[in-house]
Amino acid sequence: MTFAEFWTAYLWPLIVMVAQSLLLLVVLLIAIAYILLADRKIWAAVQIRRGPNVVGPWGLFQSFADLLKFVFKEPIIPAGANKGVFLLAPLVTCVLALAAWAVIPVNLNWVIADINVGILFVLAISSLSIYGIIMAGWSSNSKYPFLSALRSAAQMVSYEVSIGFVVITVLMCAGSLNLTAIVQAQDTSLGLFGWYWLPLFPMFVIFYVSALAETNRPPFDLVEAESELVAGFMVEYGSTPYMLFMLGEYVAIATMCAMATILFMGGWLSPIPFAPFTWVPGVVWFSLKALFFFFLIAMAKAIVPRYRYDQLMRLGWKVFLPLSLAMVVIVAAVLHFTGLAPA
Amino acid sequence: MILPALFFYLFAGVCIAAAVMVIASRNPVHSVLFLILTFFNAAALFVLLGAEFLALIVLVVYVGAVAVLFLFVVMMLDVDFAALRSGFLNYLPVGLLVAGIFLAELLLVGGGWIISPHAAKTITAPIPGDITNTEAIGRVLYTRYIHYFQYSGLILLVAMVGAIVLTMRHRVNVKRQDIGTQNARSKRNTMELRKVASGQGLEELPPREAAE
Repeated sequence: MTFAEFWTAYLWPLIVMVAQSLLLLVVLLIAIAYILLADRKIWAAVQIRRGPNVVGPWGLFQSFADLLKFVFKEPIIPAGANKGVFLLAPLVTCVLALAAWAVIPVNLNWVIADINVGILFVLAISSLSIYGIIMAGWSSNSKYPFLSALRSAAQMVSYEVSIGFVVITVLMCAGSLNLTAIVQAQDTSLGLFGWYWLPLFPMFVIFYVSALAETNRPPFDLVEAESELVAGFMVEYGSTPYMLFMLGEYVAIATMCAMATILFMGGWLSPIPFAPFTWVPGVVWFSLKALFFFFLIAMAKAIVPRYRYDQLMRLGWKVFLPLSLAMVVIVAAVLHFTGLAPA
Repeated sequence: MILPALFFYLFAGVCIAAAVMVIASRNPVHSVLFLILTFFNAAALFVLLGAEFLALIVLVVYVGAVAVLFLFVVMMLDVDFAALRSGFLNYLPVGLLVAGIFLAELLLVGGGWIISPHAAKTITAPIPGDITNTEAIGRVLYTRYIHYFQYSGLILLVAMVGAIVLTMRHRVNVKRQDIGTQNARSKRNTMELRKVASGQGLEELPPREAAE
C-alpha cells in the first residue's frame, strides 16, 4: 500500500472525523453552558427572582465563571474512598453522555456516525450512564452516596423499560432504527401535524415523564434529594470531578431533548412545509424544538414537588409499563390492519 | 484490511485481560466492573463481525440491566471473599474440566465446516446481503423460530413468577398506602371549617363517619 492509498483510505477520513467530533463537542459544550444558565433563569423567573445576573451582561457568562471556579479548586479524595473507581465515575458519566451525540443527526446528513441502529445506540449509552452513579456511590465509602446509588439504579432501570416501549412504537411507525430515516418518515405534506407527537400523543407524554426520571431531574431527583441525601452520589465530590458529573447530567438532558425532537417533533423538518419556512436551515428548527422540550423539562423542575420513592416506582411499573405495552399492541394492530405499516 | 484486524486484537485483548481480572481481582466490586468491561468488548467484537443489532442488545440487556443487578448484589453482600478463595486449588480441576468442554464445543461450532464440509450446508438461515441484520433477525425470529422464541419467553415468565412467589409475603400490621383512596380524598371529607364563638370554645364534635 502506498502512502497515497493509506492517506485516502484511513488518514484523511480519520482527520475529518476528528475535526467533526471536535466541532460538535465545542458547539455542544457551549450550548450546554447556556442551557444550564437558561435552566437557572427559568427556575428563578418562576420564583420571581432574577437568577444569575452579575457575571457579564444579564449573567450570560455565569456558566463560564462556574467552570473556572470548579477547575481551579483543589480536588479532594476522601481517605476511605476507593481511589480509582472514585475518579473513574465522573469520567464515565461525562464521556458516555457525550458519546450518545455521535449518532444524533441535527440536520440532513449532519451526523458523525449515521449507523443503522442509531436509536439502539442511544438507548444502550443511556442505560450505561447508570454506572457512573453506582460507581460514585459505592466508591465514596459513605452512607448517603451509597443510598443514592441504590435508588438511582432501581429508578433508571425502571424507566428505561418504558422509554424502550415508547421507542418501539415510534420504530413501528417509521419502519427503521436509523435516526435520519425516522425523521424522514415524518416528512409529510401536513408539516407540524404529520409528526409523531400527534398520533402517538400518549407516548410523547410518557417519554417526557420518563426522560425526567431517566436524567434524574426534578420531580424525580430522588437520587440527589437534598432534603434526604444531602446531594446523593455527589456528596464526596468537589472541583473538577463534580463539574464532570454536572456536565454529564446536562448533556444527558440535552440528549433527551434531541431524542424527543427526533422521535416526536420531526427533527430538522420545518413545522410549516412551504417556502419561506423551508428556507430556514434545518439545524435552526432542530435547536428550537430541542429548546422547547428543554423548556418543558425546566418548568417541571420549577413547578412540580418531588415525588416520594414508592410513588416513583409505582408510576414506572404499574402505570407506564402497562400503558406503554398496551400502546405497542394497539399501534401494531392499527398499523397492520389499516395497511399504514411501512414496507 | 489491517485496521479491522488491529481493532479485533485490541478488543479481543482487552476482553481476555478483563476476563482474567474478573477472577484475579481481590475486590468483588472490581470483579463486576471488569466483567462489564468484558461484556463491552464482546459487544465491540460483535460490531466488527457486522452484527450491530446483537452488539447493542448485549449492551442494553447484559450491561445495562443484568450487570447492574449483579453490581447491586455484590455491593450489598458482606462476604469474606478471601475465605471463599482459600479453596481455589481444590476447585481448579473441575473448573479446568468445564473450561475444556467449553473450548471443545466452541471449536466444534466455530470450525465444524472445516472438519466436515457438509456442515456448512446445514446453516438454516444464512443472512441475506441486501438487508440490515436487524431486519434479517426479525424475519427468521418471528417466522421460522417463533416457537423457540415463545418457549424462551414462557421460561422467563415462569422464572419471574417464581421469583415473585418466593419473595412476596404479606405481613400483618404493616400500614400500606392505597393510591386509590389517597386520590379519592377531597376537601369535603377531610376538612371542616367552624365558627368558634369567643370565650365559649368548641362544643363536642358530632360523630363523623369513619375515615376512608
